[in-house]
Amino acid sequence: MTTETQQIDAQQIDRADLVEYLLRLGDNSMILGQRLCEWCGHGPVLEEDIALSNVALDLIGQARLIYTHAGEVEGKGQTEDDIAFLRDVFDWKNVHLVEQPNGDFADTMARQFMIDCYNVELFSALTKSTDDQLAAIAAKTLKEVTYHRRHSGEWVIRLGDGTDESHRRIQAAFDRHWIFVEELFESDDLDARITAAGIGPDPKSLRPAWDSMMDRVLSEATLTRPTADFPRSGGRKGEHSEYLGYILADMQFMQRAYPGMDW
Amino acid sequence: MPVVSLDQQRKFPTEAAIWRLLEEVPDPEVPVLTILDLGVVRSVAVAENGAIRIGVTPTYSGCPATAAINMAIRDRLLQAGHDTVTIDTILAPAWTTDWISEDGKRKLRDYGIAPPVGTAAGEGAGRGTLFGADPDVPCPHCGSAHTEKVSEFGSTACKAQYRCTDCLEPFEYFKCI
Repeated sequence: MTTETQQIDAQQIDRADLVEYLLRLGDNSMILGQRLCEWCGHGPVLEEDIALSNVALDLIGQARLIYTHAGEVEGKGQTEDDIAFLRDVFDWKNVHLVEQPNGDFADTMARQFMIDCYNVELFSALTKSTDDQLAAIAAKTLKEVTYHRRHSGEWVIRLGDGTDESHRRIQAAFDRHWIFVEELFESDDLDARITAAGIGPDPKSLRPAWDSMMDRVLSEATLTRPTADFPRSGGRKGEHSEYLGYILADMQFMQRAYPGMDW
Repeated sequence: MPVVSLDQQRKFPTEAAIWRLLEEVPDPEVPVLTILDLGVVRSVAVAENGAIRIGVTPTYSGCPATAAINMAIRDRLLQAGHDTVTIDTILAPAWTTDWISEDGKRKLRDYGIAPPVGTAAGEGAGRGTLFGADPDVPCPHCGSAHTEKVSEFGSTACKAQYRCTDCLEPFEYFKCI
């Protein structure tokens, strides 16, 4: 997708900073979208197979818009495809949560609800970005992720308040993924500059609303809020689990095998 | 009215003429609707040199029809002899089902797809709604109000799946966003 009348305003920020920040945003959507695609043809029921593919499509669409914008801000002629297909593991800035394996349906729904709640708060704040194009992308994205949260949230409650087996599985899924929560709200020097320029929120500021939504739904689902003794970190700096390499190997195969291939 | 030769008309179309051509472009996924019914065409401009610019907004970020819509616009204009066409993707303000025309809603219903109920900008449609009550979606086949949601998602990004508990027919609902 091209935005032919794209204008990059003179931001009170270094272009490289803005590109880096956009990659952090886009990479989360891209990797989670790619993960969810693995469910296509394997969903527990047809409706959920379709639902997960729909969510994946939205996420990949969001990543495309963000990558296109990043390429234009950078000004070196990189397209969305270059950014998605020609970077190796250490260049990816997504958080650990989105690269975790799908596991069973409960694992996927716990992971999804955690990131959906995060995305609703994040993109809600980004609608006020001083970067007009990012604000426009955020307004569009917000409608979609709000709908995703409704879907994953209903499943968390249904599984938690369902049978003994579904309750056990969704609780285990939240327990397993809780070590990835802290990373969502970490901030570093780049965040400080982004926040100062009014481009994006301080990640820490998203935490209270996320906590309160999580508590409300976990409680309705009769689930216990987990604790994590050894939280993971580093994804936004390019430090990843081994899972990411496999995702990229799959996703980037065509472009690596046939460099310059176009649709 | 000044006399304009056919050649000149071809070379310098009026904006109204372009809108009329766009009226003939069907939505690739819901062919009963035109792209104007869908509300995705946001602007048409014809420059002094005859170059045409069309602003199109995507329905969903990942909607695969976006590229097909742009291609269909180019095709239709090319058929009419207009080959200098630029299509701008307009993201703000974000597309909403509130932009589907009344005529479009009627066509959807006749086609067997329940049109969006209420307005996206209306009460309870904001981001605060997590488990808000679903709207009553009338069955497009028999008109019954006794329907139930089967899934939040359907065959395309813009639709959810429902069924009627009276006539027992399944149907799709155009999600209100």
